[in-house]
Amino acid sequence: MKIKLVIGVTALNAIDSPGPGIAVIRSLRDSKKFDVRIIGLAYEFLEPGIFMHDLVDKSYQIPLPGTGMEALWQRITQIHERESIDVLIPNFDAELFNFIQLADRFKAIGIQTFLPTASQFENRHKTNLPQLGKISGIAVPETRSLNTLKDVRNVSKDWTFPFFIKGRYYDAIRVFSEEQANAAFHKLAAAWGYPVIAQKNVSGEEVNVTAIGDGKGNTLGAVAMKKMYVTDKGKAWSGISIADEDLLLQSKKLIQALRWPGGLELEWIKDANGNYQLLEINPRFPAWVYLATGCGQNHPEQLVSLALEQPVEAIEAYETGKLFVRFSFDLLVNIEDFEKITTKGEL
Amino acid sequence: MKIKQNIAISESGFLFDPATGHSFTTNPSGLRIMQLLREGKNKSTILEQLAQEFDTEHDTLERDVNDYLNMLNYFKLTQS
Repeated sequence: MKIKLVIGVTALNAIDSPGPGIAVIRSLRDSKKFDVRIIGLAYEFLEPGIFMHDLVDKSYQIPLPGTGMEALWQRITQIHERESIDVLIPNFDAELFNFIQLADRFKAIGIQTFLPTASQFENRHKTNLPQLGKISGIAVPETRSLNTLKDVRNVSKDWTFPFFIKGRYYDAIRVFSEEQANAAFHKLAAAWGYPVIAQKNVSGEEVNVTAIGDGKGNTLGAVAMKKMYVTDKGKAWSGISIADEDLLLQSKKLIQALRWPGGLELEWIKDANGNYQLLEINPRFPAWVYLATGCGQNHPEQLVSLALEQPVEAIEAYETGKLFVRFSFDLLVNIEDFEKITTKGEL
Repeated sequence: MKIKQNIAISESGFLFDPATGHSFTTNPSGLRIMQLLREGKNKSTILEQLAQEFDTEHDTLERDVNDYLNMLNYFKLTQS
């Protein structure tokens, strides 16, 4: 018999650069352990998940991360009074800090989470990758923090073009000149704040791993995916599950070094010599996490078990050669539904 | 020469390498070479077998088989 749970999930923006929320919800709907009522938590009125009534039972608008921790606390407690949320799964990098800070207060009112600590969250940050690479013995492309135009000028002198300018939380722009580097620096600083990051270009094949750690250094599940079609924003529009022993071993080494609790995505590149270099660590499940579920590892289900302090067994095996192919779909929405979410902040 | 053990080969000639995610298609004669390699046959046995199954000159056959084996190496589908 399945355990009934109410689960709050963010990142319902199933758009061209999708948030992971819908993939997490699909995984939870597939769970053999849990019978879930899904509470969608949305920042924008037009996040498609709000209107996906077969996946999301009820949606509420929540304040943008920049509004601060207290505003989020007020809104979540208000929703909790009505919905009795058992578990919260935040899925955006930019919102995680607030949720991490509130984790103990959530727990005190009966809402469970399974999140990294603030220092773990910071340690995996793009600017800290070189240090992390040294500790864990993992190759990382040379990386620098950029806070001023002088930093951009220096990196443009020291490195050969092209290289990447990356936003603190999202986005990466490949630049071929100092002018382009300046423009990318301004754009990404305005969008995501400081520091902006410069990372050396490594040619090779991009492969990603979605995984879940128990917080003690153990990997409870890991599935690797090779991108097969990439959008102009660099997002995988289709991919295939693969199983490269070296890649999975390196990923587990990293999770061990971080003692990572919860879901994460590791972005790797296999260079011309066949060696893996770590490009990025995303501190939450990727938007393609449903592929892992389809391959036999339901990481969101494992996360819920961890949040509820239930024992979770590590899963090693998974099906390779399974593809995901994204598609666009026009949801038709009645004006009454749009009215409810815009005026009442719920649907 | 051996085909890597984890390479999946379908009857239609579709190959999938689960370590890299690369997939390939091969024609019926290529598929036959793959099957013979899978059975542990060496090059000279493969040549003898194919000479019986296909109506072709020995030199042409040997050249084509060499090309094919080189291609399998190039795509890293083989192991020593």
